[in-house]
Amino acid sequence: MSEILSIIKDPTLTFNQRFSALSKAAENSIDPITPILSPRTRELMEQEVIWDMGEGNAPFRPRYVVPDYRKFMENGSEFLMLQPPKDIWEACANLGILYHHVPAAGGTLVYMGHLDSLLEPFITDEEEARKAIRLLLTHLDRTIPDAFCHCDIGPKDTKAGRIILELTAEMQRPVPNMTMIYNEDESSDAFTIEAIKTALTAAKPSFVNDKISKAELGEYAVVSCYNLLPLGGGGLCLGRLNMMKMAELATSEADLFDRVIPECVAAQCEWIEARVKFIIDDCNFFGNSFLAEEGLIHQDRFVAMFGFTGLAECVNTILGATEQKDRFGHSPKADDLGERIMDKMEEELRKFHSNYCKYYLHGQVGVDNDHGVTPATRIPVGEEPEMPLQLAQSARMQKHCVAGVGDIYPCDESVKRNPQFVLDIMKGAFNTGVRYLSFYTGDADVVRVTGYLVKRSDMEKLKKGNRVLDNSTILGIGAADNCKALGRRVRSLNNA
Amino acid sequence: MHKALVNRIIPFSCVDGPGNRTAIFFQECNFNCRYCHNPETINRCVNCGICVEQCPTHALTMVEGEVQWDSGLCCKCDACLKACPNSSSPRTTWMTVEELLAAIRPYLPFIEGITVSGGECTLQEEFLVELFTEVKKLGKTCFADTNALKDFRQMPELTQVMDSAMIDIKAWDDAEHQMLVGQPNQMVLENTEYLASLGKLFEIRTVVIPELIDNHLTVDQASRMIAPYADQVRYKLIKYRPMGVRTDLISAESPSDELMEELKDLAIANGAKDIVII
Repeated sequence: MSEILSIIKDPTLTFNQRFSALSKAAENSIDPITPILSPRTRELMEQEVIWDMGEGNAPFRPRYVVPDYRKFMENGSEFLMLQPPKDIWEACANLGILYHHVPAAGGTLVYMGHLDSLLEPFITDEEEARKAIRLLLTHLDRTIPDAFCHCDIGPKDTKAGRIILELTAEMQRPVPNMTMIYNEDESSDAFTIEAIKTALTAAKPSFVNDKISKAELGEYAVVSCYNLLPLGGGGLCLGRLNMMKMAELATSEADLFDRVIPECVAAQCEWIEARVKFIIDDCNFFGNSFLAEEGLIHQDRFVAMFGFTGLAECVNTILGATEQKDRFGHSPKADDLGERIMDKMEEELRKFHSNYCKYYLHGQVGVDNDHGVTPATRIPVGEEPEMPLQLAQSARMQKHCVAGVGDIYPCDESVKRNPQFVLDIMKGAFNTGVRYLSFYTGDADVVRVTGYLVKRSDMEKLKKGNRVLDNSTILGIGAADNCKALGRRVRSLNNA
Repeated sequence: MHKALVNRIIPFSCVDGPGNRTAIFFQECNFNCRYCHNPETINRCVNCGICVEQCPTHALTMVEGEVQWDSGLCCKCDACLKACPNSSSPRTTWMTVEELLAAIRPYLPFIEGITVSGGECTLQEEFLVELFTEVKKLGKTCFADTNALKDFRQMPELTQVMDSAMIDIKAWDDAEHQMLVGQPNQMVLENTEYLASLGKLFEIRTVVIPELIDNHLTVDQASRMIAPYADQVRYKLIKYRPMGVRTDLISAESPSDELMEELKDLAIANGAKDIVII
């Protein structure tokens, strides 16, 4: 009970933060799933090779819900007693209401819609629209203070999209996180340049490769930290395989391939499947949700996310590579091994047959208390090679990550004068197979930590023991201290 | 096939013309600017061997009277550049057009084009014609960052194949120009006017140095010169910074932000439109 008391008394938590921490503590006071898992799976859990990403012991809702907001705009909602909106004010108000009824493992919304296309039909007077959208964004920022909440824009140039970008640059807030859906055939250079300019001052939006994503997932959304999920569905669970720890279980490269990877993939799948079963069969989530009743989500549009992190450490451990030239991101041998490991992971994942949903690989971007583990397929901070090499390498490593993966490139101030520089790189990268890119400049107050955004000034405040609105701030401090997340190689004038 | 001495290749550059460009720096220059920020590109190596002694990783050796550089051993500490009494570098490579194309090929999907710089790129005139012709075939643009001392009217092939140029107007007053770079400025100004009239001038620049040159005169006259072409020619005003310069040749302070803004206003008043201060 001392944990409960310490939550209740924690001076750095706001009332709402204490409230959600209590809810999580309650959920974790029971354990309906672990006892039914195989001994080997439990062993790997205890060794922290696999982890449930803090979803809680008794998952009673999907981790990420991605409602079909377009349908909601067309039909309104019987359960919420809302008619379809007729103007920009009703559109924003309706969305603001629905946001509070979308379940999520973290307790808060992770997807607020393709906001530009949702609102574009209601824009008659641009000034009025700007005011309405500003209020919606402010409402969201102050009531859903969690930078995992994601807004999507693009691929097409719209008035709403431009207004959202202008407000994003002006407001300098971490919520919502934002992705522009980029498709060379549909996104105009002019609109994309506006999005890039915004990214260089506000660290968002990031950019997703629409051609690849659409081909794999159909209609999809980007939510939370680069999770790509089917629209009108979502992600039931996210497990995470720590590949650094996985490598430590292997006695050799052959042992890694023949025994360890198959065992670890099977174990994580067993755990995820048990959790998925609990959500669907035991808690009857879909029978209990008006979102499902009204067709805003469909059980068959939900997937499971097979997360992983630390490919770089896995490769370097297996090779015993200590010198830079032999390590992941620098040696052809190391990169070949990295690609073969990812191929093997995908192969093993395809062998697993779920009774409920598809499983997709997801490059997890790390959490605040990861020590020495490089997110997903990235090259360790401080070891980044020249940018063209890094992009080509990352395209190779990311090829199976259908449920999302991303790289982050900090840029020097000088790039702001030449946003076309970023567009050129992006076009090349996406044509090479890179899935997702984030850029920011080092001097902005809003910075991208491992995927989500925080304000530097808030981190300083919290470090001094003051309460802050944004839940993600505490995670940002951990990532900055433990993972050197703010020490990435800055791409500048002429040393890209 | 022609060969040229390449000092370095920067795969992605955001400051050498529009968009993302691969910048290629050639060795050797026919200016000797007091404030040169990469003086190691000015002269060809004379194989004196002084740098060989200074190399901590033995990447430099003397073989049959020539300094040889092993890029694999090099730790890029720049001890050789600091030791060189000749404003040169042992870290250069003779390349054919074919070899240079092979080196930049991996960057092509990500770039709009290439920019040649130096040193002075027009000293490699024939090489550039060949290089640009090949790069244009690949659908990329070719820019030249040139000191404009060689007459572009006498280089019709290069002028034709080149997309655009960037030229420094270092000083308007000829005596100041000679003091600063060791060459007169008449050809520089004629080339600037000529390339602008062809629509092949992307940018002019002036490095602003308090006291050493008449910055107001230079910016005043240069901005008048490009005013008729203001929609296509950018004017970049560069703050002098003492980093990397040969301190025995120059001792000057960086200009104030106020001075830079004042010069920007002057250029705008004269009709220039796109002014960048860096």
